[in-house]
Amino acid sequence: MSEPIQESGAPLLRIERLALALPEGADRLYAVDNVSYDLTAGEILCVVGESGSGKSMTANALMGLLPTGVHVAKGRALFDGQDVLAMDEISHRALRGRRIGMIFQEPMTALNPLMRVGEQIAEVFEAHGLLTPRARKEKALALLEEVRLPDPASALRAYPFELSGGQRQRVMIAMALALEPELLIADEPTTALDVTTQAQILHLVKDLQARRGMAVMFITHDFGVVAEIADRVCVMREGKIVEMGEAREVLDHPRHDYTRALIDAIPADVVAAVGRPADVLAAVERPADVLAAVERPGDAIPPQRDDKDSSPLLSISGLDKVYRSSGGWFQPKREVVALDGIGFSLGKGETLGIVGESGSGKSTLGRCIVGLNRPDNGEIRLDGVDLSALEGRELRAHRRRIQMVFQDPYASLNPRIRVGMAIAQGPIANGVPKAEALAQAQALLATVGLDGGAAERYPHEFSGGQRQRIGIARALALNPELIVADEAVSALDVSIQAQVLTLLDDLKQKLDLSLLFITHDLRVAAQICDRLIVMQKGRIVEHGIAREIFLSPQHPYTRELLEAIPGRRDAPEPATAAAGVL
Amino acid sequence: MNFFKRFAQNRGALVGLVILGLVVVLALLAPLLYPDSPWRMVQRPFLAPGEVSGFWLGTDVMGRDVAAGLAHGAWVSLLIGLISTVVALAIGVPLGALAGYFGGKIDDALMRFTEFFQTIPNFALAIVLVAIMEPSTFSIVLAIAIVSWPPVARLVRGEFLSIKHREYVEAARLVGQTHRDIIIKQILPNTLSPVIVLASLMVATAILLESSLSFLGLGDPDTMSWGYMIGAARTVMRQAWWLSVIPGVAILLTVLALNLVGEGLDDALNPQLARAR
Amino acid sequence: MAYVSLILGRVGKAVIVLLAILVFNFFLIHAAPGDPAAVMAGEAGATDQQFLDDLRERFGLDQPLPVQLWRYMSGVLQLDFGYSYRQQMPVLDLILDRLPATLLLTGAAFCISLLFGIIAGTLAAMRAKRPSGSIIMGLALLFYATPLYWVAMMAVLVFSVTLDWLPAYGYSTVGAGYTGLAHAGDVAVHLILPALTLGLFFMAVYTRMTRTSMLSVSQQDFVKTARAKGLAPGVIQRRHILRNALLPIITLAGLQAGQMVGGAVLTETVFAWPGIGRLMYEALMQRDYNLLLGIFFFCALLVILFNMLTDVIYRLADPRIKQGAT
Repeated sequence: MSEPIQESGAPLLRIERLALALPEGADRLYAVDNVSYDLTAGEILCVVGESGSGKSMTANALMGLLPTGVHVAKGRALFDGQDVLAMDEISHRALRGRRIGMIFQEPMTALNPLMRVGEQIAEVFEAHGLLTPRARKEKALALLEEVRLPDPASALRAYPFELSGGQRQRVMIAMALALEPELLIADEPTTALDVTTQAQILHLVKDLQARRGMAVMFITHDFGVVAEIADRVCVMREGKIVEMGEAREVLDHPRHDYTRALIDAIPADVVAAVGRPADVLAAVERPADVLAAVERPGDAIPPQRDDKDSSPLLSISGLDKVYRSSGGWFQPKREVVALDGIGFSLGKGETLGIVGESGSGKSTLGRCIVGLNRPDNGEIRLDGVDLSALEGRELRAHRRRIQMVFQDPYASLNPRIRVGMAIAQGPIANGVPKAEALAQAQALLATVGLDGGAAERYPHEFSGGQRQRIGIARALALNPELIVADEAVSALDVSIQAQVLTLLDDLKQKLDLSLLFITHDLRVAAQICDRLIVMQKGRIVEHGIAREIFLSPQHPYTRELLEAIPGRRDAPEPATAAAGVL
Repeated sequence: MNFFKRFAQNRGALVGLVILGLVVVLALLAPLLYPDSPWRMVQRPFLAPGEVSGFWLGTDVMGRDVAAGLAHGAWVSLLIGLISTVVALAIGVPLGALAGYFGGKIDDALMRFTEFFQTIPNFALAIVLVAIMEPSTFSIVLAIAIVSWPPVARLVRGEFLSIKHREYVEAARLVGQTHRDIIIKQILPNTLSPVIVLASLMVATAILLESSLSFLGLGDPDTMSWGYMIGAARTVMRQAWWLSVIPGVAILLTVLALNLVGEGLDDALNPQLARAR
Repeated sequence: MAYVSLILGRVGKAVIVLLAILVFNFFLIHAAPGDPAAVMAGEAGATDQQFLDDLRERFGLDQPLPVQLWRYMSGVLQLDFGYSYRQQMPVLDLILDRLPATLLLTGAAFCISLLFGIIAGTLAAMRAKRPSGSIIMGLALLFYATPLYWVAMMAVLVFSVTLDWLPAYGYSTVGAGYTGLAHAGDVAVHLILPALTLGLFFMAVYTRMTRTSMLSVSQQDFVKTARAKGLAPGVIQRRHILRNALLPIITLAGLQAGQMVGGAVLTETVFAWPGIGRLMYEALMQRDYNLLLGIFFFCALLVILFNMLTDVIYRLADPRIKQGAT
């Protein structure tokens, strides 16, 4: 096993004026352009950027994993004095896995589905001709213990599909760390995970890094993660470094506007305020921006609105939904409880957030409300009318009043239908003459901040944020009273997220809409919601005014969710602690 | 890049297109070039290619002009290939669409039905169908269509299954579009590319099937086809090799051309896949 | 328990398909133009009134349709596939007599095509960007587009007529009276051309499929993981890419095996190979529909057996399925 490099001063990795050329026809010439940075042993460097910033490209170049068509145009990447970009394949292979380890974003697909976990870990030793098969197995077991996988002995014999996403990511880490590499590259390793799992994995990476004194290059889009883990930060945008420095320095005093925008887009302060009322007071004094939700807690439970809200717009009671796999002839059926006795109500003009991790049933709830799924039991009353008792035309007439904004801006618009038509389709289906519906679509596009020419174009000509605006316009076309937004900003970059949230909030005020905002991201919920419902495994575990839930969560699960949010300022600061070790 | 540019990038596809164009021209010109029936005896039998001028591909066992047979056979091959593919699409697309869109019991029933037809050996079924219905252009087209629709149904069903949960389809449901509109306007247009590619390959397979049936003596007795020419030449292979080689090469080139064009269409219509290749 | 119920499920499904084929056969006879008895007897019985009456009696053609169906089905379930008046033998005996030759031919062709198809496809995928890869794919396309029977005839023309290396016809040398090993060798020599020509088309199918499958698997994330481990390219190809790429091939092989039985009709016709394919051709020539439908039923039976076999192999190869079955 190779010794970690101890001599301080000389960086472990030095990237010098690296430029990676994109294939012809791409939207720019270089994936990364003139990028230089150092990474010292025992240091965690976060490379931050939004999608398309080229933040992963440098890491892929180091590992020889560049996508086809992308190649090194100029520059060097010196690892322990040797240029890894100019190395022949054999010496590069000796480096990979042994001295540089890497973990990836998608734990669900990053492991070979046909090989047992133990075999896949043992393979790392085999690749470098180390140990006997028996010793490899023992070492694999020890590694699984080290990454704190529950029941490591049986995990060793498990196939990847038998493990959860977080467990697979632990296996990936075990694999990357097997040969005690000096450099660990982590490419968005927590993005695909639930927030509580993310917190565990971040903690694990930090812990292992401190124990082994590795250098870590941590690629992320999330400044919350940066605050949690980084010693130094390198902010990238469109292939160029816009800012680089000590993590604390960059977080507290970002020099570049772009960095500031990224940091501001994450209302870390709101969340950080948990248990620190003084901060909240300070925050509340700030002008209306992302903190609006906290600033006007009075809007949430509407005492002043009681007069017109004598009956809620939407009231739900006893909603159950169980998913049953049909099973084969001789196969037992499987049941997953998605909703279990859900009940709540939503007033006119109110924004209610439904927060939960994947599998909590929050999306099923939204789909039941709009009518895409049918609940097994329970009532969904819209203005006092029970929708589940309606049929045919009557049902359709009421359905119109509830519309949905979807998650994926790329899948939510039909690629073969012009944007104007996509918006006009609803009114046309409900009997509005075509010309009138199209004219109305034009106006709606203006409402959501797109120019009128947009109507004639196809969806692929728009960016993700613009498509989400189109999706909102489509939902508005039928003059709904309630909009269900299912993870409506989750697929967007943080800077775009803020814009779309502002738009939703504005429209809500202007059009007197109610909003049901479904999200996995408490930070996003904090920006827009009056009240919150926290769901876990199909049940509501906590329900209350958004601000109160943030300040004094009652249910342990809510507390866990809040604590798991990366970047809370009151978190201990292992970053500096680790730096102190060296 | 537009469709034609991407298509033209595949050089094989261009070659295929040229060959296919020549076969189509030959088929269209057949009644002009050889106005007489290709079954008519015009010279003495077993003339080698070029032996007597005017019969540049020679004559067969019965003294019929091979070139005339080739030209008329081109027409038959293309026509049967095309029509049977259209019929197969007419069966497979609706079945697949309904199964994929509605799912549940409808899907179960339709897919059992499809699986049944897929389990039965293709060619054996075609033979039995044509034999019992009596060989004719109609029975051959029907038999080929019956054995070739299952892949269409499965493909369309798969596309529908994946597209029906796309958010734009759900959005269309929410605004109250009817099932018919959703199937026809929202989903179907998005399944077209793979169906077009499959259809171009199905024409090729249909031509092979037709020629195999004719080879076994199950061709329409009134039309001259390439498979029949090869079948008739089988017993005289030793004396007159060209009688089996010439129509065989014709089939090979036509089927090859269709496959090449199919690949080109695939590149042009599914650019993401093409790039991955 | 899971396996037992699984196998029961498979067998149950197969039985249903076979029953459906019987019903299909029955209606096929009735859908044919003219008197079903005449259809069944074919040209053979058309002149023989006694024979037609015999058939009508046996199938109870004066009875309502469901009764006729029941009679037909119960007959088949007692392994009574009827009588071939042309060959003067029960259909079942004729088929069982010819079955081994077909199994030998299709089995050999199946193994050849699968083995060489996967090898060629793997090579083509590994050399996707080099001329050698393109050459493999060009050849595969060529074989894919060539009529099966024509390849067989050309092979006879080249290897038997012109070069005189291999026998052109039959299952063994007539009148040679070989026994034991010599007989096996004689059959093997006769098998070469039919098995190769039948296998060629399917080899092309597997080659194309393997290549596509390997290229798509090689795009997946776990291949990146394997590279990041520092594994040698050969190991990645074999252990990670090929193993995953073979899964869809197994399913495809099951389906293609059925087509192979159909293809055997052509190959056996050209090579006078005494299997059920050749028997089918003879039945066609003689309009012996009773025999034709019996063979058709057996073809379907073979396909179902092949499918069940590949299904079992698939389940062994993919650990995820076991989970789904419990």
